[in-house]
Amino acid sequence: MAIKRDFPVFSERPGLVYLDSAASSQKPSVVLEALDDFYRRHYANVHRGIYQLSEEATRAYEGARAQVAAFFGAGAADLVFTRNATEAINLVGRTWGDLLEPGDQILVTVMEHHSNLIPWQQLAGRKGASIVWADIDDQGRLDLEGIARLLEAGGVRLVAVTQMSNVLGTVNPISWIAEQAHRAGALLLVDGAQSAAHLPLNLASLGADFFAFSGHKLGGPSGIGGLIARPGLLEEMPPFLGGGEMIREVWLDRATFADPPQRFEAGTPAIAEAVALARAVTYLDTLGIAELWKAERQLTERLLDGLDALGLPCFGPRGEDRAGVASFNLPGIHAHDLASFLDLRGIAVRAGHHCAQPLMRRLGQAATARASLFAYSDAADVDALLSALAEAKAFFA
Amino acid sequence: MSLLENLYREIVLDHYRHPRHYGPLEGAERFPGQNPSCGDHLVLYLDRQGDGPLRLAFEAEGCAISQASASLMADLLTGTSADRAAELARAFIATLHGGSVPEELGDLAAFSTLAQLPARIPCALLPWTTLLSALSPDRPAADPAAP
Ligand SMILES: Cc1ncc(COP(=O)(O)O)c(C=O)c1O
Repeated sequence: MAIKRDFPVFSERPGLVYLDSAASSQKPSVVLEALDDFYRRHYANVHRGIYQLSEEATRAYEGARAQVAAFFGAGAADLVFTRNATEAINLVGRTWGDLLEPGDQILVTVMEHHSNLIPWQQLAGRKGASIVWADIDDQGRLDLEGIARLLEAGGVRLVAVTQMSNVLGTVNPISWIAEQAHRAGALLLVDGAQSAAHLPLNLASLGADFFAFSGHKLGGPSGIGGLIARPGLLEEMPPFLGGGEMIREVWLDRATFADPPQRFEAGTPAIAEAVALARAVTYLDTLGIAELWKAERQLTERLLDGLDALGLPCFGPRGEDRAGVASFNLPGIHAHDLASFLDLRGIAVRAGHHCAQPLMRRLGQAATARASLFAYSDAADVDALLSALAEAKAFFA
Repeated sequence: MSLLENLYREIVLDHYRHPRHYGPLEGAERFPGQNPSCGDHLVLYLDRQGDGPLRLAFEAEGCAISQASASLMADLLTGTSADRAAELARAFIATLHGGSVPEELGDLAAFSTLAQLPARIPCALLPWTTLLSALSPDRPAADPAAP
């Protein structure tokens, strides 16, 4: 309840039960104020003007880079701002991916979001590389032996895996995967779109070579996210998009390029959004991300116990490696109809394939309903969902 | 209970669980339709019998709204002329967008309450837009008739 007070949407829309934070989170007022303040008092383009205002804007933008990087345990030079996690993953596919050779393999898993799948399919198509994939077990945990086996075969150059499934809620053992990948001479890209908003993270020790995240899922504005690379890695990579800001010197027929991270940030970036994202991560730091994760674990148990008690089939593991995401179905009715029933009661859940069609096929589901939690979610939200589901069960019986 | 829940209770759930005109139709052409944003699939079987009265059937995988809409559509349009079917389709589509509700739509008139849930309008539309493109003169070639 206390945290909800920091998010204006809940007083603007009393009665809203927002359980779709895995798709995008609501915004705390400090983030809205940061946007407003920046546009009112400090706004100009960055890295361009010699006047004071542009100097201020540049300082705010680069300060935001340092704060956001620090939140993840990384250095500012290793953080490239992108629009979102999707763009960060595509950046790797289009730059580092250029170094792949025909016959190389990219290892993905069956639980990946399309954002961590399509860019690799496209890369494989361009380079004559191939996709190999790891399965999940019946609980929705990764088949680690399968990963080890695929790596042992020796052809894998990149492992691309999510840290937290947006459908199953599974938290994957990234450090273990990193070790295996590195031993096999492969790099590891971690899709942190979900985990960045929930898990205490220290990229310095996680072992990922690349980490992609979106600001909008952790209380920040839409239109800003990032790619964090292992120190030194960005240096070796060719540019992504071409244009202003990313150059060192330009002639009519050629150019040399700036050092990272500017090399990967062509054009005017999302300046105010970066500043507001930094405010979002300092807000989460104040709440304490480890505390939030503990609270989320408890609330997740309440949700999963409730779904069990209702007898609804629900996917994903039980235990410490389970985040606040619950995908479920009400037998005999389609997830969309269920979601509409809940919507009429002010309860927002997602229904559909969740941008994870291979996983849905693996689970044998055309669609599921999905409830997901964030810092502001509380027992009242979970209980409202569970009692509406009890009603739905009777209604659709 | 809201109008929308009434729609489910009185019409949609019945047609969802007991769809009419369901399954392949001998001698008919086959027209697939889909709703990529939600993954609903539908196959419309249409037999124009030359220029005679239409025969329709469908198969679908998707939500109750889209299935009930298809079932009611097949019911309403079986035996009508192609021109009349297109006219009714346009009338139904107008209803979903807040137009007046003509009596000739029968049970489908109740779908006008979907205005409360605009996100579900594409579900109700899927069978009808598939039909209109099947009837249009410049339609893409249909799949060969299913046995
Ligand atoms: C696991 C996962 N990866 C990637 C994404 C893509 O995030 P975005 O659309 O912000 O790029 C999402 C968002 O839904 C996600 O849940």
